[in-house]
Amino acid sequence: MTMTDHTVLPASLAGIRDEFLALEQGDRLLLLLEFADELPDLPERFREHPDLLERVEECQSPVYMFVETDGGVVQLHATAPREAPTTRGFASILAQGLSGLGVEEVLAVPDDFPLTIGLTEAVSPLRLRGMSGMLGRTKRRLRASEA
Amino acid sequence: MSIAADASPDFEGYAHPERLVSTGWLAEHLGEPGLVVVESDEDVLLYESGHIPGAVKIDWHTDLNDPVQRDYVDGAAFARLVGSKGISRDSTVVIYGDKNNWWAAYALWVFTLFGHEDVRLLDGGRAKWEAEGREYTREATKPEAADYPVVERDDSTIRAFKDDVLAHLGSPLIDVRSPEEFSGERTTAPAYPEEGALRAGHIPTARNVPWGKAAAADGTFKRTPELDALYRDEAGLANGDEVIAYCRIGERSAHTWFVLTHLLGFENVRNYDGSWTEWGSAVRVPIVQGAQPGEAPAR
Repeated sequence: MTMTDHTVLPASLAGIRDEFLALEQGDRLLLLLEFADELPDLPERFREHPDLLERVEECQSPVYMFVETDGGVVQLHATAPREAPTTRGFASILAQGLSGLGVEEVLAVPDDFPLTIGLTEAVSPLRLRGMSGMLGRTKRRLRASEA
Repeated sequence: MSIAADASPDFEGYAHPERLVSTGWLAEHLGEPGLVVVESDEDVLLYESGHIPGAVKIDWHTDLNDPVQRDYVDGAAFARLVGSKGISRDSTVVIYGDKNNWWAAYALWVFTLFGHEDVRLLDGGRAKWEAEGREYTREATKPEAADYPVVERDDSTIRAFKDDVLAHLGSPLIDVRSPEEFSGERTTAPAYPEEGALRAGHIPTARNVPWGKAAAADGTFKRTPELDALYRDEAGLANGDEVIAYCRIGERSAHTWFVLTHLLGFENVRNYDGSWTEWGSAVRVPIVQGAQPGEAPAR
């Protein structure tokens, strides 16, 4: 697979990808669980305004996210129930990998990033569509707020 | 040697009460030789986030489905899989999972394709175990591998294929999807991604009984009178009927297959695992839209 010129994987996401790829299949799931455990609670202001959050329809489990920018720097917030650790793990990877980047950097993340982190076998491509959905929605939000 | 059934009075009235165990029974029998507890979930990571002590994990997608062809694993792969989990041919296997045992019932149905005799469900699944504050661990279970024989999968008794369904039209069909999928408003369950079928609606004459109606609020199965009301009174099933159940890929209908076969005692129930993702994309098969079952096409 060749990367097209306009996509660049930021160092934060490349680091996460390399962490996964260095592990055996079974351990990759445990790393995903670590990410799931690390997903921070939503900031107070969203807890009082659930209407600000966007439901990610591509995910099998209820996951809500919110993308905001401050001075061109992206922050991604997400929440998913404890009973949906895979979805929490996906959200946590993106929240950690995308938050703090510039808008253009996020828009340049390759759309197939979720398929490149070595989880297709342990998690299945079908389930990884949830993370692709979150990434796609994040980009759409940013494009919409730029327009 | 299989382990004595749970004689809980809660299971009285079911045709095959030995197919269920209660959370209390399981807690008492954990660790007993001959018993293997299996967790099977929709979420592939839920087991790792905490499971019943000693339980092993079997994933519907990465373990039970063939990775290339749309089919289940074959006898050799099944033997390798369950043997590696410490399951022998005579083990008592108790399966539990998330979402009202939806995927646990699917796994049980696949075990049944291979003729594994003593396979049961934990009534109430994860939700009930959790609600009762029972123990979970993140400690990885390291089962001692067992020898499991290579058994040929029996696809003729409890599994139906598209041609079987075409030949069956006019006999009882149960569509266990949501009313929105049945009528043709959607091709996937509400809140699930739209995917996998080109046309929407249902197989002609199918009666719509969403699978989750068979579960009570605490995740256990409803008792016989309520199940009879659903499937006999409302859906019109009668003793001796040959029934085919379907959903989108055969997972939700495996739950209904369990209810009809083991709880209500219907003896000729098959699960059409091709389900809507096959039927809704197949060329020239009849489809009905709207809330009514519709008529079987003239032959």
